[in-house]
Amino acid sequence: MRRAKLMVIGGSAGSLQVIMEIMSVIRPDFPLPVLIVLHRNSIFESNLEELFASRSQAIIKEVEEKEVILPGVIYIAPADYHVLIEEDQTFSLDYSERVNFSRPSIDVTFRCAADVYGTDLVCLLLSGGNADGVEGLGYVKERGGLTVVQDPVTAEVPYMPQHALSQVAVDFVVAAGNIPAFIKGLAFLPPV
Amino acid sequence: MITAIRIEELDILLNDLFTRYGYDFTEYSKASLQRRVQRLFTLDKFPSFAEFRHRLQHDPQYFRRFVEEITVNVTEMLRDPSFYRTLRSTILPVLATYPFIRIWHAGCATGEEVYSMAILLKETGLLHKSLLYGTDINPQVIERARKGIFPVSQMQKFSENYIQSGGIHDFSSYYTANYHLAKFDNSLTGKMIFSTHNLVSDFSFNEFQLILCRNVLIYFERGLQSKVFKLFDYSLENFGYLALGAKESLRFSPIADRYRQIGKEKIWRKVHEAG
Repeated sequence: MRRAKLMVIGGSAGSLQVIMEIMSVIRPDFPLPVLIVLHRNSIFESNLEELFASRSQAIIKEVEEKEVILPGVIYIAPADYHVLIEEDQTFSLDYSERVNFSRPSIDVTFRCAADVYGTDLVCLLLSGGNADGVEGLGYVKERGGLTVVQDPVTAEVPYMPQHALSQVAVDFVVAAGNIPAFIKGLAFLPPV
Repeated sequence: MITAIRIEELDILLNDLFTRYGYDFTEYSKASLQRRVQRLFTLDKFPSFAEFRHRLQHDPQYFRRFVEEITVNVTEMLRDPSFYRTLRSTILPVLATYPFIRIWHAGCATGEEVYSMAILLKETGLLHKSLLYGTDINPQVIERARKGIFPVSQMQKFSENYIQSGGIHDFSSYYTANYHLAKFDNSLTGKMIFSTHNLVSDFSFNEFQLILCRNVLIYFERGLQSKVFKLFDYSLENFGYLALGAKESLRFSPIADRYRQIGKEKIWRKVHEAG
């Protein structure tokens, strides 16, 4: 297996706790960039970065348009914008219509990332109450990327991962408690 | 399985459109453009890229649809209420000192921001000496902006924004509702001029004290962004203001050193003329 060049994590209702746990294994020497696309409600609108920063030593920042994507950095999709990725591996922001009632939409970013990164992509879909991310995950799989879903049994809101499992032949189903270790293992896999 | 438009095909298409219609989208950000083109291609059920290309080259009517569909026209009244609060408290009192106020909303889509501004100007007693220019590349949305008619279903959201932005009146006093449509007051529309204008190819057409261009530059590549910043700089009076979208910045632009940001909002003031 090849080592990925980008990891995208999509989550909705009930995913915050899992993401907090993931943060603790992402250190500044993490060999790939991590992009988090989270459906936010107004409660953690402004302090998401601060919240994550309390758990990780890595650089954590909100995505800026035209920004070059760098390894070891944790990028957060800004509230109310879709995050797209250009051929030259820079971010673009997009304020077009909501997709699956969501902006940012996980589907939009998964798709775009798959177009640019193809087999060099890992996508994780976590707990959530709607189907956003499922169609995109299928596309990632189609393009040869690695697809991982939180085990719905361990999800606070199982609908999203459950729906993914019914639609996509995902590569790994991982229990919430094992996700951090799984990610760490994935990232520090010796390149083949 | 849906045919995917490849990036090379997108380039071919954009070259066609420039040659045939004079519309230059080649410096638009590709990821967004590709997504919009793909959406239209799927929506209109073209069997192949070749047929899509042929239709675009030979059917000007369809080209108009293309422009309307690939440009993003999502907007709302008083979007980002804190931005409008700053306009009200900090910018308008300065503009009030001018005998005549000219404001340009560049890329205004269906015009919600122009109406928002007119409401602010009215409440601060400045509307009578103001002119608001709303421009967009897309003739269809400009036509809608001119009418000042919006779905009643959006009024609740707009009204919430209005209150959060420091509005003190009853928002519904600005429009007349008729079934599912809300028509905005003629006292507002009377001070607006709507016209098509292409930021890529059209020139400056006046001098303004305030230019607003929010969530438009995110769709342009850096080179085009720089060109548009220069156009705005040229169109802005000294000590005039330039307002951008929540995630846009003047920071990397060629005009950055002559502008100073106002507080935390995406509003910059021109402090020197070009040398």
